[in-house]
Amino acid sequence: MVTGNEYNAPSEATKVALQKEAAKLKLDFNELKSGGFIKQVQKNLFVVRLRCPGGSLTPEKLRKAAEIAEKYGTGEVHLSIRQSLEIIGVHHNNFSSVVKELKEVGWSVASCGPRIRVPNACGGCTWNPNGLMDTIKLCNEIDRNYFGVPTGHHKFKINISGCAIDCPDSRDADLGFQGILEPVLVPDLCNACTLCVKACEEQALVMEGDLPVRDDSKCIYCGDCVKVCPMDAMVRGKSGWLVRVGGKHGKHPIYGYEVAKFISDEQALSLVPKTLEWYRGIAVGRERIGTTLNKHGLQKYIEEVVKPLSLEAIETNEERKKYFSEGNIYK
Amino acid sequence: MKETSTNNAIDLRGTLCPMNWVKTKLILEEMEEGELLEVIIDEGEPMRNVPRSAKNEGHKIVKVETLEDNSCKLTIKRGVD
Repeated sequence: MVTGNEYNAPSEATKVALQKEAAKLKLDFNELKSGGFIKQVQKNLFVVRLRCPGGSLTPEKLRKAAEIAEKYGTGEVHLSIRQSLEIIGVHHNNFSSVVKELKEVGWSVASCGPRIRVPNACGGCTWNPNGLMDTIKLCNEIDRNYFGVPTGHHKFKINISGCAIDCPDSRDADLGFQGILEPVLVPDLCNACTLCVKACEEQALVMEGDLPVRDDSKCIYCGDCVKVCPMDAMVRGKSGWLVRVGGKHGKHPIYGYEVAKFISDEQALSLVPKTLEWYRGIAVGRERIGTTLNKHGLQKYIEEVVKPLSLEAIETNEERKKYFSEGNIYK
Repeated sequence: MKETSTNNAIDLRGTLCPMNWVKTKLILEEMEEGELLEVIIDEGEPMRNVPRSAKNEGHKIVKVETLEDNSCKLTIKRGVD
């Protein structure tokens, strides 16, 4: 009969073996991990995670990854959950060679541990017809400026979505950006075809007489009405990023909170360090920013981060409700 | 507006995205510039996708009618290549 204790025994034994191995090799495994080398179950072998912001790769980088995988790894690569390519089974003796060979194509390993991770992004408006904003541009800027910056507490993930479909899960990130636009009607061009009303999943548009009228309390700024309008009567007004903060996966997931809307790329790039500074100062120990927000209240973050940057703040749960459908935690 | 032809018609009720647009596109490709095509699509997702795709590829939606079952009849004018 297998008891609870016996069942747990192998993982405990593995842990002890790893500690022994670390001591023998005089390696700091946490240090190694923060640089993107992640200890495997197999003795002396590591997963090398490569830095691929937004999951973008060039043929040159792909060839280099294949070369390194064959030369130093088991020949296998793995796609990490966050869009990065990982080389499996690299011996720690080969770390410096791997780093040197990556440098030949201007590449480096990714970050792990309590720091800003490689940001995630979809194709955005660059090639995806749904995209409202340039996710790749913002993703590369964030990666260039803030990749690997230590948080002092826990990991910090940034996800960037081009539209309200939100494939990159901006709700699940410590800081999430989602492209939005405000539709504006040019009444003279409208031929009352009602396609915009039919296209709107939020029932934010209704025909009043011969013109569609938009209810801003329902509109999630997805842009479907603009995309569908055959007369170009419904057009793009202001556009920008919807900001979510405090989302996470893990054993105790949290949906991020909407805190600001229609912010520009420049504002997004100021929000990252400002948020990090706030998190660093107020969080206790190894907690994600979502936990910190739940302890101190969202309003404190809005007052101390969103407002000083003069962003268009989202301050009430009433306003946040419309960005969800079923399973809304604010219901 | 002079409607040159309404002989071109396709009922795409029950056809899912993106096949509804693919089928529409194949017919449009065989048509001459300015000719009209009537397409019947379901409400919901097809309503967001088909008109948008038609617009993106340079065609013009000249008429929208709602049918009894809430499906929608679009009249699309073939655009320039």
